[in-house]
Amino acid sequence: MKAFILSLLLCAGASLAQQPAGQQFKGGVFDPPRPAPAFALPASSGAPVRLADYRGKVVVLEFGFSHCPAVCPVSLASLAAAKQQLGARGKDVQVLFITVDPARDTPERLRSYLAQFDPGFVGITGSDAQIGQLLKDYGISAAKHPVKGSNDYSMSHSSYLYFIDRQGRQRAMMPFGRPAADIAHDLAILLGPDQ
Amino acid sequence: MKHLRPALLWWLLPAFAAGVLAWAAFAPIAAGSRDALFEIPKGTWARRMAGDPVDILPPTIVLTLGVNDTLLLRNRDTVPQVFGPVLIMPGQDFRLPFDTVSINEFNCTAHASGSMKVIVEAHPAAGLPRLQWRLAHIKEAISRG
Repeated sequence: MKAFILSLLLCAGASLAQQPAGQQFKGGVFDPPRPAPAFALPASSGAPVRLADYRGKVVVLEFGFSHCPAVCPVSLASLAAAKQQLGARGKDVQVLFITVDPARDTPERLRSYLAQFDPGFVGITGSDAQIGQLLKDYGISAAKHPVKGSNDYSMSHSSYLYFIDRQGRQRAMMPFGRPAADIAHDLAILLGPDQ
Repeated sequence: MKHLRPALLWWLLPAFAAGVLAWAAFAPIAAGSRDALFEIPKGTWARRMAGDPVDILPPTIVLTLGVNDTLLLRNRDTVPQVFGPVLIMPGQDFRLPFDTVSINEFNCTAHASGSMKVIVEAHPAAGLPRLQWRLAHIKEAISRG
């Protein structure tokens, strides 16, 4: 009987250790998490990048475009601030900025654009077909809109951030406009306890 | 009861009604779970493909902060469903908490119209707002049967 009670207490203790109090995500959560759709595409670094290259890190996907006047810069600045708030643990967070405007967002343009926020951010581009497939895999909507009175165009697109855990599973997402502290909070959960 | 004088009943009934109203206006709103669950049942996509303009989720969902402020979407269909910027796979749940009063418009493939609105209301303050909130919920529950 003593052994039974002891094992119950141990189980309860183990369960509490796995789910510490206050570990609720601030953003949306998928349950069960599914493997994040894989991709291998040209990156701002100049070499092709695979999502699997970042296994072991927490990856944040932001879908946007470098000509975006308002939403993308705000999200990228929030991500940079969240990474800073995580301190040394931020090195295990990788931001991938996936363009929805591959015609204008070359690897070089993405590199110079992202460097304004954090030199560690990586931009992803590709052909229209490659980006179109990736958007479909993640359920992202994006559409081109001509700008009145010019040959220019703008893009509308999903503005959420998608969080992928160290095992490559799509775990959570953060709506646009949440403070950097909320982003850092959810990233900290995915990073796990300090090593 | 038959021994009670009619005059006493005249006092007791209003007092009882006033007590109920006071409770409804000032008692804290108890919430076991703050999840507002909406399930997309199996066969939704097949029905849609067969020409049935089925609406599984209401066009507008109203949430209340501190009471039911977490949207829980459950996809029990056999195909992925798009809810706003989220692709929910078959058998998957998606839980989205809200923490500010807001009106949120989402694209949603579970709707015949293709869109859905989530309104997040403030936690009803004690007094008249809480009483009105409770009455509205009773009315809603009765209309749902």
